[in-house]
Amino acid sequence: MVYLSLTGVLFVLGLHGLFTARNLLRRLLSLNILTTSVFLLFVVMARLAEPLDNVPHAIVLTGIVITVSTTAVALALVVRIAGRMREEDVGAAADPRGDVE
Amino acid sequence: MIPETAGPVILFSLPLAAAITVFIRPRWSVPVTLGASGVLLAAAVWVVGVVLQQGAWRHDIGGWTAPLGIGWNVDGLSAALLLLTAAVGLAGAVFHASRPAPLATVRDPRFFWPLWLFLWGGLNALFLAADLFNVYVALELVSIASVGLIGLAGGSAQAAAWRYLLATLLGSTIYLFGVALLYGRYAALDLALLTDGVERDGVTAVAAALMTLGLLLKAAVFPLHFWLPAAHGRAPPAVSAVLSAVVIAAGYYLLVRLWFGPFAPLLGTGVATLLGLLGAAAVLWGGLLALLQRRLKMLIAYSTVSQFGYGLLVFPLAAAGAAHPAWTGAVTLVLAHGLAKAALFLAAGAIVLRHGIDRLEALGGDQRGATLAWVAFAIASASLVGLPPTGGFLGKWWLAQAALATGGYFWLAILMVGTGFTAAYLWRALQAAVRPGREAGIDPATLSAALGLAALSLALSAAALGLAAPVLGVLLDAGPGAPG
Repeated sequence: MVYLSLTGVLFVLGLHGLFTARNLLRRLLSLNILTTSVFLLFVVMARLAEPLDNVPHAIVLTGIVITVSTTAVALALVVRIAGRMREEDVGAAADPRGDVE
Repeated sequence: MIPETAGPVILFSLPLAAAITVFIRPRWSVPVTLGASGVLLAAAVWVVGVVLQQGAWRHDIGGWTAPLGIGWNVDGLSAALLLLTAAVGLAGAVFHASRPAPLATVRDPRFFWPLWLFLWGGLNALFLAADLFNVYVALELVSIASVGLIGLAGGSAQAAAWRYLLATLLGSTIYLFGVALLYGRYAALDLALLTDGVERDGVTAVAAALMTLGLLLKAAVFPLHFWLPAAHGRAPPAVSAVLSAVVIAAGYYLLVRLWFGPFAPLLGTGVATLLGLLGAAAVLWGGLLALLQRRLKMLIAYSTVSQFGYGLLVFPLAAAGAAHPAWTGAVTLVLAHGLAKAALFLAAGAIVLRHGIDRLEALGGDQRGATLAWVAFAIASASLVGLPPTGGFLGKWWLAQAALATGGYFWLAILMVGTGFTAAYLWRALQAAVRPGREAGIDPATLSAALGLAALSLALSAAALGLAAPVLGVLLDAGPGAPG
């Protein structure tokens, strides 16, 4: 039950971060927290099942691999966008927090 | 190997194998991609033929059956979408291969072809998948490839790609949350198993709501369409074509699969009306904004938001009792839209190359080099508006019949007003062609005729879809997904 509520808390936390953060990296991290909450839900489901169910573990493993890939793509894009921002703001002090919006 | 399984195996593995090949050997990109595209189109046609002959079938990979094994499900709906993907994929590949490279620069051109093929493979995997988690994996493959392809346009397209990435990942995460709830409740992920076992209770309702929300975000349904116009309007032309025609249709395909499959018992009048109202709002809002756009590609991109609104009208009409005509009509409309919209984006790509700018008022004047593209644009517009005998007409006809049979005059009115909007904004685009324009374009001789021909073949397919009505009706009836 504790873990089930933790899932909900993480989910809301991730959603909140995604919609309020302006920093690109923070948004990405919020999305990762969101995904983690879903994985936690899968693991809780596995624990609650009678007898213990091992399929969710396979699902979460696959999910983690997918999240690593999507995060890598997102980071590559962030690097590109940040680089372009810097080119455009020649002379202006680069924003140390990396805000673009 | 049983002959019927060869089609799905080719459709699934060839794009991925070709993607890896062209990533390792960029020099072979164009011949390998075009060769693979031809084979994929043939395989998709073959799969459609098999479905027409012997109906839907299911293939358990390696002989492992559900719930442990992974299955492929081929029925009329998935076969039709596989064929749509192949048609758009081939035309887009031809367009991109024959564009004048110095005029249409792409950042990191060597990444275009692997991403294109990965996107194709992801879409095919999605249309074949028979369980909810495989759908998630395929969705993520499609997302990653799409984001990469949008970002290739460079410049402001990267910001659009970033927004698309966040929206689409959020959509799939919310979808996966729903999948986790469903798994916890029924300990099954297979669509067929779930269809037999789903009950009406709280957990199922929450799961259905979450999965629908995630997919609505991916299908860019009003008011969750905010990311679409920038992403589709700024990507390279071939990419815009496949994104608008097929990737959005993939989100819609899953909505239809779920609500006419496992969630069918939950589809009450309230839910159906809500989805229908979202669709109606999308039709009107997308149509209005398309009318106000000043750039050709943005106009076409907003038109996508509007046209997918029609697709959602299937839910209230089906809940009112006209499931069969509404279902056939909506799916036909999505197929016709896919072909026509891809044709519009490719034609727009050629026209913009000719004039060097995509502001509507600058597209007039000398049209040498873009004549074929304008012809394709006009034919595709006719299908999108729904002039007989095009595919667009057929879809709207079936939807209208469903509305009349159930007394859904509100939905009929939406259909009519939306058609008016479509006619108006496409007329605005076509008008631009005959206005006198400035002479700042490029030498028409550098534009290959293949650019226009790629668009024209798709536009003609959209028109011919209307003539194939009897075949299409039989095809879409094949499978458990089709309501009786």
